[in-house]
Amino acid sequence: MRAPLRYNPLAPVAIMVCAGFFMGVALFVVVSAEDVSARALSQEELDERIERDKERRRKRQERQKEKGTTLQKKVTLTVPIGILVLEKDIPPALSNLDPIIQREGFDGARLAIEDNLTTGRFIGHDYSLEKVFVGKDEDPVAAFLELAQKTNYIIVAVPKELLLQLADLPQSQSLILFNIAAQDDSLRNEACRDNVFHIIPSRAMRADALAQFLLRKRWTKWFVIRGVAPEDDAFVAALQRAANTFGINIVEEKTWDKIADIRRTAKAEVPLFTKTAPQHDVMILADEQGLFGEFILWHSWQPRLVAGTQGLRAVSWHRNHERWGAIQMQSRFRRQTRRWMGEWDYGAWVAVRAIGETITRIQKDKPKDVKDYLRSDAFAIAAYKGIKVTFRPWNGQLRQRILLSAPRSMVSVAPQEGFLHPRTPLDTLGYDRPASTCNLNPQE
Amino acid sequence: MRPYPILFALFVSLVPVSAPAQLPEGRPLAYITNEKDNTISVLDVLEGEVVLTAPVGRRPRGIILSQDKKQIYICASDDDRVEIRDADTLKLIRYLPSGPDPELFILHPDGRTLFIANEDDNMVTVVDVPDQAVIEEIPVGVEPEGMGLDPKGNVLVNTSETTNMAHFIDTDSLEIVHNTLVDARPRVSLYTKDGTEVWVSSEVGGTVSIIDPNTYEIQHIIRFQIPGVTDDAIQPVGVRLTDDGRYAFIALGPANRIAVVDQKTKEVLKYLLVGQRVWQLAFTPDQKWLVSTNGVSNDVSIIDVEELEVTRSVRVGRFPWGVVIR
Repeated sequence: MRAPLRYNPLAPVAIMVCAGFFMGVALFVVVSAEDVSARALSQEELDERIERDKERRRKRQERQKEKGTTLQKKVTLTVPIGILVLEKDIPPALSNLDPIIQREGFDGARLAIEDNLTTGRFIGHDYSLEKVFVGKDEDPVAAFLELAQKTNYIIVAVPKELLLQLADLPQSQSLILFNIAAQDDSLRNEACRDNVFHIIPSRAMRADALAQFLLRKRWTKWFVIRGVAPEDDAFVAALQRAANTFGINIVEEKTWDKIADIRRTAKAEVPLFTKTAPQHDVMILADEQGLFGEFILWHSWQPRLVAGTQGLRAVSWHRNHERWGAIQMQSRFRRQTRRWMGEWDYGAWVAVRAIGETITRIQKDKPKDVKDYLRSDAFAIAAYKGIKVTFRPWNGQLRQRILLSAPRSMVSVAPQEGFLHPRTPLDTLGYDRPASTCNLNPQE
Repeated sequence: MRPYPILFALFVSLVPVSAPAQLPEGRPLAYITNEKDNTISVLDVLEGEVVLTAPVGRRPRGIILSQDKKQIYICASDDDRVEIRDADTLKLIRYLPSGPDPELFILHPDGRTLFIANEDDNMVTVVDVPDQAVIEEIPVGVEPEGMGLDPKGNVLVNTSETTNMAHFIDTDSLEIVHNTLVDARPRVSLYTKDGTEVWVSSEVGGTVSIIDPNTYEIQHIIRFQIPGVTDDAIQPVGVRLTDDGRYAFIALGPANRIAVVDQKTKEVLKYLLVGQRVWQLAFTPDQKWLVSTNGVSNDVSIIDVEELEVTRSVRVGRFPWGVVIR
């Protein structure tokens, strides 16, 4: 029925003529339905909305003043939370038009502090945020120690080696650290620490999420193209592990080690580079710094889709995400910051909310009690993923759905339907208890 | 791609235009908001037929009837306002201010005070309907949604999805008198007919809490277990209680089922298989029939309350969200 219509330019016209005279309003409705509902606000609309919010807040405060009422219950607990973010390396600009957000994470934490305060004012709990940004040439340990004197809970966005150094300081033993940046699987295994919780998904979780999706699509022959950075090694290892787990065939693994500016050379180099690869369904990229990945698309010898660090990506948050109330979160975040939320922002939001939720429930603020609760079955928060997020007690990793996002569309969500697990399908992503060499909670 | 909207338009245009201009009288009609289509579908519940589809504002969600049942009120979430429409013709009568992103609302027994949950703004907006004016904005928890009034209209129970609380609000002073912590992501709050219990569904927690409104304590927590359905998929949202005190119907979201619960013993009696992602529920006035909105399968299920059986499902618009029956 439909196929011929698609190619026959007269068909729509004919239908219009037949139906035109009584279509009127209905057509208008349908056409307008295409582009409505939850379109992001333009910068101008955003500014207007922010102004309206301010005005409403001002009026509300006036009314409260008149009435002489205050919502704040007497404060019985004050919880300072720290966040330490290390300056990011700026890789050479290639195709990445998005600005690099330094201090990513601060805004997510700030929003969650507001959410905690909204809850806290009803029960007399107060929260505050201590933000520390460490420049490349500054001493992160000194900055951390200073922060550690003010708070028991520190969110950290630093690389693995520094994270371990900070976690192993004697002063850290009574603290809880929340990792929102280091994706290393070793931190969830042999290098795990009792005082560290991981909000950001590990590379294994991402690779497993991709593998489940591609397996469902039956695109099981992968051509892996990797960079030379140590992070790329780590992601390739995660891809190999996922391939093993899900019966995927990596037909070829090739390293891109060219240093010329790929913007100029892609047209010549990429076809040659990809020509020799055996028959494959999809190209999987391991290029975390984004040095060449974007330019594999459209230049490859065979017309194949791209996934991994470019193309279809497995992430914990993306501006495409709008299900499960996420649209509310996107809107609130944009109104506060005028930009889109990133993965570290989301991680910091989850960390602060996890602390807040725990203290709200247990009415205690000692790290020991908080840690026990976070690892227990009792802990659960709604974090815009449709099902509760919890922590794996054996390695402190946050269980969460992983979003599979193309640059402008949400393609799928892992775990895929049909991947079963006796505890929760979420444990089909990343290192499950039997596979993990970390065992922080042996009694479970 | 071009022909599809046109084909679809043709299809849609046939439905409303060929429908009778006059809605059937003296029979229960369900008004269903289609969140993604910006329309409402009017369903003849006994016939199981959509008799009218009409365009409304953007992202319609919560829907209720005026006290005289001659008008319907619709939360047009993306238009940041409430629409009042004639229940017979569905023609727009006027708009009400609502505050940003209105999601669910409830009309006070006085017939003129409307309490609106502003999901985006951590606020309950109180609106005087005849005056079309905002009386007050009550700051509540993060992402307010559920709105339940006690039978006398003295206390409003609002739930906030991210704060995980049921806020008890004095409808006279418009101030919060108590907050009760419930399980994660509370969605709907509802008083029993006699006003002795408040039922609150927790979507992500997977439970329904029953709160004593005098002590504000949780007296009972209902949990659900369905063979072959993971706990994660059991996400209670809509709650309806029969006036005779016999049954509670609880929509379980992506579990695609409605739980039938004994209102007195709180035991789950039965699970009714309906469409995908079932959220909101409404009874016919005689409470012999229940209608559920199944967002993902784009249909509604009609349930025989006496027999506790699903009698049929009817296709409506895209993402049916709210439902009210007169």
